[in-house]
Amino acid sequence: MKRFVYADNAATTKISDSVFQSMVPFLTEQYGNASSLYSLARESRRAVEAAREKVAKTLGAESREIYFTSCGTESDNWALKGTALAMGAKGKKHIVTTAFEHHAILHTCQALEKQGFEVTYLPVEPNGILSLDKLRAAIRPDTALVSVMYANNEIGTIQPIPEIGAICKEKGVLFHTDAVQAVGSLHINVKEQNIDMLSLSAHKLHGPKGVGALYLRKGIRIPNLIDGGAQEMGKRAGTENNAYIVGLGTAIEEATALIEEKTPKLIAMRDRLIENLLKIPHTRLNGDPVKRLPGNVNISFEGIEGESLLLMLDMQGICASSGSACTSGSLDPSHVLLAIGLPHEVAHGSLRLSLSDMNTEEDVDYILQVLPPIVERLRSMSPLWERIRQQG
Amino acid sequence: MMYSEKVMDHFANPRNVGELPDANGVGEVGNPKCGDIMRMYLKIEDNRIADVKFKTFGCGAAIATSSMATELVKGKSLEEALKLTNAAVVEALEGLPPVKIHCSVLAEQAIKAAISDYYTRLGIDPLPIVGEIRDCHEEEGCGIGH
Repeated sequence: MKRFVYADNAATTKISDSVFQSMVPFLTEQYGNASSLYSLARESRRAVEAAREKVAKTLGAESREIYFTSCGTESDNWALKGTALAMGAKGKKHIVTTAFEHHAILHTCQALEKQGFEVTYLPVEPNGILSLDKLRAAIRPDTALVSVMYANNEIGTIQPIPEIGAICKEKGVLFHTDAVQAVGSLHINVKEQNIDMLSLSAHKLHGPKGVGALYLRKGIRIPNLIDGGAQEMGKRAGTENNAYIVGLGTAIEEATALIEEKTPKLIAMRDRLIENLLKIPHTRLNGDPVKRLPGNVNISFEGIEGESLLLMLDMQGICASSGSACTSGSLDPSHVLLAIGLPHEVAHGSLRLSLSDMNTEEDVDYILQVLPPIVERLRSMSPLWERIRQQG
Repeated sequence: MMYSEKVMDHFANPRNVGELPDANGVGEVGNPKCGDIMRMYLKIEDNRIADVKFKTFGCGAAIATSSMATELVKGKSLEEALKLTNAAVVEALEGLPPVKIHCSVLAEQAIKAAISDYYTRLGIDPLPIVGEIRDCHEEEGCGIGH
């Protein structure tokens, strides 16, 4: 029987009921401007600060180190452009990042290159993990910042963040991590892991779209990205988005509290999908089998193209994504899949299924029932598949 | 990106998909690097396309344009089939998103490539009749209509 399966939680997630309920008062009666003086406003202020406390607690940070932003992308832009400006003035105009970062980092780096900064894009290993030796070798006396994502959004690989933090600390270089995919799925402690700056977003953890945060370790002074009023301790102007900030607070608290309970369930579902999908011939798992997010499956089916696969899955009620060129909006397939060494034609046939704690074993059953015949059907009409089969 | 109902219909229920064992003209364009390959099989009798089948590796638009192109040339004379343009394929599909126009070009070229093959098999130089086949080349990337 046909069912609806949402398996694109790395793209965005459904708002949980409790998150939604926590937001409602601030979209209705509790509309006071958090920066105003009267009692209506004081309640907004209290709620915003309670949310800040929740975010700080999740990260092992202090409240005054958390700044609310409009999204993960804004946090990334602020961290990178702000650091570049501050450190560039001291003659440090080199940034180290990886080739498989999210575009929020890559395109920000490209913008900085146009302004005279030099960026090293480190390659990643075939399993989708950054080599610490390569990182160490890339850091120079004029390096201002290292930015490495906590977990990759496409192939789910978890980077050796504490080790990277330690190297940066030893070398005296600032360390930023885009943790948009990791927060709420993995335990993060910015102090123990030597993280100086961290970007996060609410909508990846059953929170609303349009709100994120930047953790900025106290003592680090970077210029503002958004200038205006004195909100966010004078660091990020714009009237506080009370309802969404409250939603972020509720979502991050819930997601983090559930880590122990949901992780084994997610890993079981993930690994059952991977194990069974790999039984299809000429299929490969992209990214490390163990060091990956609990809900991430990324598989390439040789001989077929990702967009047609997604369209057929959608007809069966399954939402997923792909790294094919046709879905990336460019002529090239996903830069992440190319960075781990996949040939173009194998990258075109990739499928990402990303699960959340709202998925069930029945969803997995359904995917495993529907997906193999679709692969079979597309291969039966593919001249590329014919070639692959002839080559053995 | 939105596909028209017609595109979705031809994608979900492609017409003339498969192979023709007794084809006397077979043409293939595209390459795996670009993410689309189209192969057309023609059975030509008395200067007419008596039967046509296709196999395609590619996105939804690649499959839909292949399917539509086969429908548009089936039963036609070679002269008529050679007049098939990508614009006609797009129109018959009630439009394509701009980034997918190159799929319709590939479909048009795949038909021409199969007709070329037919003439070549007969010992006739196809170039003056069919013209140059515009194909993607791996080294140069996708040049067609992108």
